[in-house]
Amino acid sequence: MPVDRIDELGGRPEPEQTLHVNRNRALRRFLRHRLAILGTVTIAVLVIACAIGPYITPFDHLFIDIRSRFQPPVSGAHVFGTDEMGRDLLSRLMMAGRVSLTIGFAAMMLSTIFGTLVGAVAGYYGRKTGAVLMRFVDAVLCFPNIFLLLTLAAFIQPSLMTITIIIAATSWMEVARVVEGQLRSLRERDFAVAAEMIGAPNSHIMFKELLPNAVAPIVVAATLTVARAILMESYISFLGYGIQPPEPSWGNMLNNAQQYLNSAPWLAIFPGLMITLAVTSFNFLGDGLRDALDPRLEV
Amino acid sequence: MTVVQTGTPLLTAEGVSKWFFLGNTLFRRGRQDVVRAVDGVSFDIRRGEVLGLVGESGSGKSTVGRTILRLNEPTAGSIRFDGHELAGLTRRQLRPLRPRMQLIFQDPFSSLNPRMTVGRIIDTPITIHAPETSRAARRERVAELLHLVGLSPRYAERYPHEFSGGQRQRIGIARALVMNPDFLVADEPVSALDVSIQAQVVNLLLEIREKLGLTMLFISHDLAVVGCVSDRIAVMYLGRIVELAPTRSLFLDPRHPYTEALFSAEPIPNPAIRRDRILLKGEIPSPVNPPSGCVFRTRCPYALPDCAKVVPPLTEVAPGHAKACIRDDLDLRPSQHA
Ligand SMILES: Nc1ncnc2c1ncn2[C@@H]1O[C@H](COP(=O)(O)OP(=O)(O)OP(=O)(O)O)[C@@H](O)[C@H]1O
Ligand code: SF4
Ligand SMILES: [Mg+2]
Repeated sequence: MPVDRIDELGGRPEPEQTLHVNRNRALRRFLRHRLAILGTVTIAVLVIACAIGPYITPFDHLFIDIRSRFQPPVSGAHVFGTDEMGRDLLSRLMMAGRVSLTIGFAAMMLSTIFGTLVGAVAGYYGRKTGAVLMRFVDAVLCFPNIFLLLTLAAFIQPSLMTITIIIAATSWMEVARVVEGQLRSLRERDFAVAAEMIGAPNSHIMFKELLPNAVAPIVVAATLTVARAILMESYISFLGYGIQPPEPSWGNMLNNAQQYLNSAPWLAIFPGLMITLAVTSFNFLGDGLRDALDPRLEV
Repeated sequence: MTVVQTGTPLLTAEGVSKWFFLGNTLFRRGRQDVVRAVDGVSFDIRRGEVLGLVGESGSGKSTVGRTILRLNEPTAGSIRFDGHELAGLTRRQLRPLRPRMQLIFQDPFSSLNPRMTVGRIIDTPITIHAPETSRAARRERVAELLHLVGLSPRYAERYPHEFSGGQRQRIGIARALVMNPDFLVADEPVSALDVSIQAQVVNLLLEIREKLGLTMLFISHDLAVVGCVSDRIAVMYLGRIVELAPTRSLFLDPRHPYTEALFSAEPIPNPAIRRDRILLKGEIPSPVNPPSGCVFRTRCPYALPDCAKVVPPLTEVAPGHAKACIRDDLDLRPSQHA
């Protein structure tokens, strides 16, 4: 006879908290939440603008028009002004955004997949395999990233693909650490022992039982990786090793603008603003996700 | 319904030890501490029998359970399960035997994967051992098991966090039974539950054991619970079995001072007949540094100088009743529940 009844005794009482603490926490949560929403909206606007914007504007981002050089913003047909060759700045910013965002997402995907694999293997197998892998991760982490990037970039022909790979190669370690820590603790849980007990293969335990319980921190780390990747792409392009002119990227536009900092400051301000906007938006989103997802991690 | 052939052992453990070597990392090697969690334990479990395993926390009960199920590699000894020697088998070699032995966990909150539905938790063993089974057949089997453990088949779509401790324990039992095992290790299956739920779950286990003709190792630190489910009981102390006897015989006629001490620590049902309690002095010693000779001697009220000299072997003192103590001249008090 099925007993269709809920015995309400497994629940644990909530710890008591003062109203003051509660209110403070709620406020903090709400504020962070708002920033995360702001970040999400900004990212959506940026992505949509960069994706369809270039089809809508009447100006080609490579079209040179010497007669209308250095037009300040909002002065004529060019809303964001023009650069030293009379190219429309808005079109260039949007094309550059395509490059930056594509590299940001692609590098995030690559480094998340690689970092997750390394971290999962290290955390699950533990012992020697784990120790060796994590010391390797630490070694890569210790290496000054920007030098590694520049060294690699100096040897490799820059292209969208190679830059993505180079950035991913220097940013998978964070995800690896997060996943390693998660799996190391998850594999001690009884449900992992239960999977072992039914004779499940290691791959099943790792990917089907344990990893789904680590999704939240992986998503958070991945979001923050996008921000880092966009920033890194700007660095290398700014230093001249990344995307090569005339193709625009926020970084190389900034580089170019240095010479005209006094006469045409908008050439520097707009790409700089774009980088800041994109990077902070992803950081806000990551923080918000961390906040929203973390409590639910507790079982 | 099921004909249980009793008498022949389904599982035999001989001199099983499990030592944990601490502080050994890749980059730091050298003197290391050895935790002798289980040290030379021998027993057998007959077909259809429930063997109880009692002892204080830290005495090595869980380690015995996990080692005979080969979740641990034994440091020494042999484990024979229905003619197969389990010690030394690899993961791959163990796989075909896995469906035949299962474990029920103590903590109902950690033993179910929070990201899987109840149905998925219960049918995972089928997808691993019989991947050709159709979805419909699996669903039917899940419903059958939920029914068996007293839950509604509708619960298959839900997630573990929606259930109470007692219900989760039932789900864990259903998972353990899905492949029709012969042998179950129940590691303190009720001690994390509320007292009012404990009896329900114990009764469920007994019912199922009867219905399916299961053989069981029932681990608990609670003598009353072990006493009501077990045919025979093994008493463990600091990694060793100190007494092994049929339940009645153990309760009426304990032969080891540690068993007497456990009985005397039980809550007394009738306070009017309160007697002097033999209280265990001090803490259970560390398994890293167990006392020489009889491991119980540091807390034994009957210890003699000779007790430090040799490890007393588990020897039979009456039919089916064995103890590991050098003194035969003791008249020990039976359980107040006897
Ligand atoms: N993986 C491990 N590594 C090191 N020591 C361990 C490990 N597992 C168990 N031990 C030690 O072995 C001893 C026996 O532990 P075990 O869990 O088997 O005891 P137990 O009788 O089940 O106790 P409890 O009633 O608390 O569950 C303890 O001292 C414990 O600290
Ligand atoms: S051998 Fe000695 S110390 Fe051990 S239980 Fe017997 S009397 Fe006590
Ligand atoms: Mg235990």
